[in-house]
Amino acid sequence: MSESKLKPEELAETIKYKTPNRNWMDQKVEMKPGRFSHSGVPKSVEYLQLPNPRKWQPTDPDWQLPENWKEIILEGLRDRLNRFRSLRVFMDICVRCGACADKCHYFIGSGDPKNMPVMRAELLRSVYRHDFTLAGKILGKFAGARELTIDVLKEWFYYFYQCTQCRRCSVFCPYGIDTAEITLLVRELMNLVGVNIDWIVTPVANSFRTGNHLGIQPHGFKDSIDFAVDELESITGIKVEAPINKKGAEILFITPSADYFGTPHYYTLLGYLALFHEIGLDYTWSTYASEGGNFGSFISHDLMKSLNAKMYAEAKRLGVKWILGGECGHMWRIVHQYMDTLNGPADFLEEPVSPVTGTKFENTTSTKMVHICEFTADLIKNGKITLDKSRNDNWKVTFHDSCNPARALGLIEEPRYIIKNACNHFYEMPENTIKEQTFCCGSGAGLGTDENLEMRMRGGMPRANAVKYVKEKHGVNYLGCICAIDKATLPPLMEYWVGGVEVGGVHELVGNALVMKGEKERTTNLRGEPLDGKME
Amino acid sequence: MNTLPEILAARKNIIVDKWAEAILSTYPHESLKFLSSQKDRFANPIGHAVRSSSEKLFDELVHGNDVEKIRASLDDFLRMRAVQDFAPSEAVGFVFMLKRVLREITAQEMTGKGQASFQDELLNFESRIDSMALVAIDLYMEAREKLSRIRIDEVKARSLLALSERQS
Repeated sequence: MSESKLKPEELAETIKYKTPNRNWMDQKVEMKPGRFSHSGVPKSVEYLQLPNPRKWQPTDPDWQLPENWKEIILEGLRDRLNRFRSLRVFMDICVRCGACADKCHYFIGSGDPKNMPVMRAELLRSVYRHDFTLAGKILGKFAGARELTIDVLKEWFYYFYQCTQCRRCSVFCPYGIDTAEITLLVRELMNLVGVNIDWIVTPVANSFRTGNHLGIQPHGFKDSIDFAVDELESITGIKVEAPINKKGAEILFITPSADYFGTPHYYTLLGYLALFHEIGLDYTWSTYASEGGNFGSFISHDLMKSLNAKMYAEAKRLGVKWILGGECGHMWRIVHQYMDTLNGPADFLEEPVSPVTGTKFENTTSTKMVHICEFTADLIKNGKITLDKSRNDNWKVTFHDSCNPARALGLIEEPRYIIKNACNHFYEMPENTIKEQTFCCGSGAGLGTDENLEMRMRGGMPRANAVKYVKEKHGVNYLGCICAIDKATLPPLMEYWVGGVEVGGVHELVGNALVMKGEKERTTNLRGEPLDGKME
Repeated sequence: MNTLPEILAARKNIIVDKWAEAILSTYPHESLKFLSSQKDRFANPIGHAVRSSSEKLFDELVHGNDVEKIRASLDDFLRMRAVQDFAPSEAVGFVFMLKRVLREITAQEMTGKGQASFQDELLNFESRIDSMALVAIDLYMEAREKLSRIRIDEVKARSLLALSERQS
């Protein structure tokens, strides 16, 4: 063999058998397709009166930032450090114990160390040290400090849009550092110079304009609900009432808009309609509060506040007594953890009492908003509805605790109680993947875009891994959940990692099993699929 | 002088361990401690997949005749590699790492007495590894194509929705 020939490792020099051992501060981010979301379109940025609307993409070498972008961000950080004591505590208190390090689904799914929550926070903390601490100012890199540069900003964009604000890491932090808040803060800072993503700013702009993410107007909303009423009639033989904007109704019902335009959310909508009819609930839908989701909470306290206020303003306008909320994720975190200080207390509403059972929902004394799972579990507990479990016999169900209801609201047992009363076959996933320790779908907090799919598959892998386990062990074919983002993004996750598992809501199962007075014999479930033996 | 099958049987654990270690070292060094030490399959699916896939694949290469089993074990792992930070060559390249491990482990036999027949055996075995690499390439491409299909479906669904909104 000639000496001049390439050695094998030279021939394939792009193949690296080991990753280089470099300091994390020296590694620049590389934006690769499939791993980030597109930037906010100028029209939506302008509509929200956010700074620096322009056409740009994260892959552009020049992000067209204002000349003094660095001062703007540092000033923004100074302002927030003064306003939010929690932020200053989060910046100073971390002892790098590592308890959070291996708890992030993005880290577990990718092995990328900058997805360790402690490292993600360090991306901000290093800048904080550099400009706001004496040690950092004097010792620089030795004290873990670094200057805010354009590469740092790009790194922020990349990694703070790889956090779904699911708060699994916070469960393990001995100091209670809330990484979701750090992520929100950094996204808020980036917003100051016009660095954001479209799957947040456009849904927020739409919510301001028409009340919901897709910009569906009142007549479109009514069409969707009417269509669902007709569909439910064809399945059950019962024409239900679905009042819209009815003043003086006892209860305002608010749910994510995906429930009336998305699949499989839609089957859960049918479940709500059937349930409300069966118990004779005096309630109303609203075309203005036609969205439970609050994407504002992903990037800005102010936007979060405005969108949350909309729900309460509508409750006031319609003169209802209290609010019932549907299967939504982050809406519940905002209601439970922020609403009181953002817009509350909602003292113009009454303390929620179930008109069917008389149960007082004392846990909602201040927010006046009850979760549909608490409401339905109470109906079942008091024997107010009849459920025929056998109608769900084609499903072998497991339950994915949606992050926000589980960790922020503590809603752990109610959905399980409902499922066990509506189905014969229920199997839990392993304990360290459910309840407070639930693994995120990997697509929350605005990350559920098609262009970000590869990253979503990484982030959702730990969840899918546990589903695959119960599928192989018990034949599970239905992944129940109570969040609209879950319902939108778990199906592709299942398709990629598992296969043969459908995703659906808890109230879809309730709607299937609910025995309604005067109904015709059910031959199909709410998906229109034949019940075993009924259509043959 | 041991034959190759004898060596593979006697030194299975060390071969599989070294192969798994080599595969894990393709992940960032800051994450290695976690990936190699956390044994819970749900807390550390990557580490679990590396360990279980490498052992199953090794067993199949040595004893098995079932391509489907090889495909299943490769698939579990390649689906991960297909969405992680790897170039295609890096994603699939872990298969060839087994060759390097084997040559290292059998260095003595390669040059000792009876080396010719031993080398023949090893070359034969390495050809099986090469074939496995080809299966791995197919599976990697299947995973990437599936990703594209899922993405196209999402775009289509969104466009249809936007269209129906405009018409309402």
